[in-house]
Amino acid sequence: MRLWQNAFAALALSLVAGAALAAGDVGEVKKQAVNIPAIVMFLVFVGATLGITYWAAQRTKTAKDFYAAGGGITGFQNGLAIAGDYMSAASFLGISGLVFINGYDGLIYSVGWLVGWPFIMFLIAEQLRNLGKYTYADVVSYRFQRVPMRTLAATGSLVVVILYLIGQMVGAGKLIQVLFGLDYVYAVTIVGILIILYVTFGGMLATTWVQIIKACLLLGGATIIAFGALYVATGGTMAPEDLFRKATEIHNKKDAIMRPGTLVTSPIEAISLGMALMFGTAGLPHILMRFFTVPNATEARKSVFYATGFIGYFYILTFLIGFGAIVLLMAPDSGYMVTNAKGVLELKGGQNMAAVNLAAAVGGNLLLGFISAVAFATILAVVAGLTLAGASAISHDLYANVWAHGNVDEQQEVRVSKIATLVLGVIAILLGIAFEQQNVAYLVGLTFAVAASANFPILIVSVFWSKMTTKGALLGGWLGLISSTLFVILGPTVWTDVLKLGDPIFPFKNPALFSMIIAFLGIWIGSILDNSENAKQEHAAFEAQDVRCQTGIGAEGAASH
Amino acid sequence: MQQDLVHAIKSNPKYHELISKRKSFAWILAAIMLVIYYGFILIIAFNKEFLSQPLWSGSITTVGIPIGIGVIVSAFILTGIYVYRANSEFDRLSREIKEEVL
Repeated sequence: MRLWQNAFAALALSLVAGAALAAGDVGEVKKQAVNIPAIVMFLVFVGATLGITYWAAQRTKTAKDFYAAGGGITGFQNGLAIAGDYMSAASFLGISGLVFINGYDGLIYSVGWLVGWPFIMFLIAEQLRNLGKYTYADVVSYRFQRVPMRTLAATGSLVVVILYLIGQMVGAGKLIQVLFGLDYVYAVTIVGILIILYVTFGGMLATTWVQIIKACLLLGGATIIAFGALYVATGGTMAPEDLFRKATEIHNKKDAIMRPGTLVTSPIEAISLGMALMFGTAGLPHILMRFFTVPNATEARKSVFYATGFIGYFYILTFLIGFGAIVLLMAPDSGYMVTNAKGVLELKGGQNMAAVNLAAAVGGNLLLGFISAVAFATILAVVAGLTLAGASAISHDLYANVWAHGNVDEQQEVRVSKIATLVLGVIAILLGIAFEQQNVAYLVGLTFAVAASANFPILIVSVFWSKMTTKGALLGGWLGLISSTLFVILGPTVWTDVLKLGDPIFPFKNPALFSMIIAFLGIWIGSILDNSENAKQEHAAFEAQDVRCQTGIGAEGAASH
Repeated sequence: MQQDLVHAIKSNPKYHELISKRKSFAWILAAIMLVIYYGFILIIAFNKEFLSQPLWSGSITTVGIPIGIGVIVSAFILTGIYVYRANSEFDRLSREIKEEVL
């Protein structure tokens, strides 16, 4: 015990020292103004989160502590943590950048990201809480054959986690490069090491608190930028009408930024993207896992309510930030526009830096530093949540239930999940380095399409349809996973744009509409054609599952006295 | 869960009251959300002019702004409505069922 605590303290110290040193080095070489406030605030964040990890490590002893923070997180805390998991740096910087360039279309995008939450509330949250223990695979294997179902669910989880991780790591490396002047490889490595520390030592408890702190910082920072920009841009009237009027005067698209443009052209693409966002959210393993950290269904529901409120508020802020950035940054003489290699005037650092540059315009170097630190913290928190979900799929689903058939000592299972965390952290670093030069924007779409087509269908059908069988679930689940991946590879984004192989074989950018139909059809056909003895038992077992699902009687962590 | 407990719960009239009320409530709210969201997307796809009108005479703010923000707010309100009823009425029914059968 003492040994690893010492090791932990030593690692933490060397990491903080290393970060400071590296930042200094790069600053000297590039002769750029090193953003001292950013580095100080980031180090404060890292110090605080490592302190929390130390605190959490002493409270993380059992498997339930490690995977589900002992089930002792309140609905409000979990709501903040869910919002923390969901509000990535990519959505903060990406959506405000989208609004900066396209105006109204950015809002359409935000709306799509939010509307999945009510469905999670109505169809998934309390059901998950009542049926599961640590991972959503607990729910989909509840009345089915354990080995094949766990393998399917764990594979779906790991594919989603890895795809999401690549996008986050590459984004992290690039962002830190721009904001702190740190070398890409160094940035990615720091992220990897920190999340390994959070997750292996502090488990879900530390991960949850890292998410909560990050959510508060991000919401606070975005609020200051959004309303600060509104105040400055409108000359103190704070009237959105004045903000919009000035924006249309400055933006070269004029009042086209106030109405829907070209983002939604084909209704099929729009509906398909909407389905991926809406139902993909309900298939993200790191989000689903959060419902096991609360003590009961009542708190699970509250957490979705709070999360929806925080995330919705956040998206409204990104809209204001985008428009504030148009007014305060887009004028050629603002000092934030630079001429790029093609001779075109563009925002310093690219469109995704709209929120960051706006922070500097509104609050000077101090606010810039704060927002840079928040962006880094955001990436750390999201990556930590993903890594924990991936490690749980490996240890709880694959190791304990598939490989060892459930005959495993709890301590051994936790040990395996810590090893898995270490391995995943290293993989994340390596993937981040390998994908440095790739355009990873398509990965977000792919992640949500896979989550919506592989994880969501088996989850929702296993809860609501008594006639589903193992064979049906396997057929539909694997078909959904394979078809969504294949359609993305054969579609315009990867086939034409990334691989440059000419016209796409699959014509749509967003495959979820089709791959989800394939998955549900697969489940249905596979189940109704299944007349095996197992199938009959699985039908019969639905009754008990449904009673537990509806009432919470017998649920994990429910009062059994 | 033991089979006799399952039967005890399933033969309790409050259990049927709970699941039928909750099921219809959840699906109605889900349907409302679907209609709001896809209604919004279909207006964008087929009737951009509607969203492009000024909100009031001479305004730069278009009708689309409050509608877009309204979709976000509606998602929050719908989850709130569900939580309000589920955490009072549905939880009370669950508690009563538990007290009667356990």
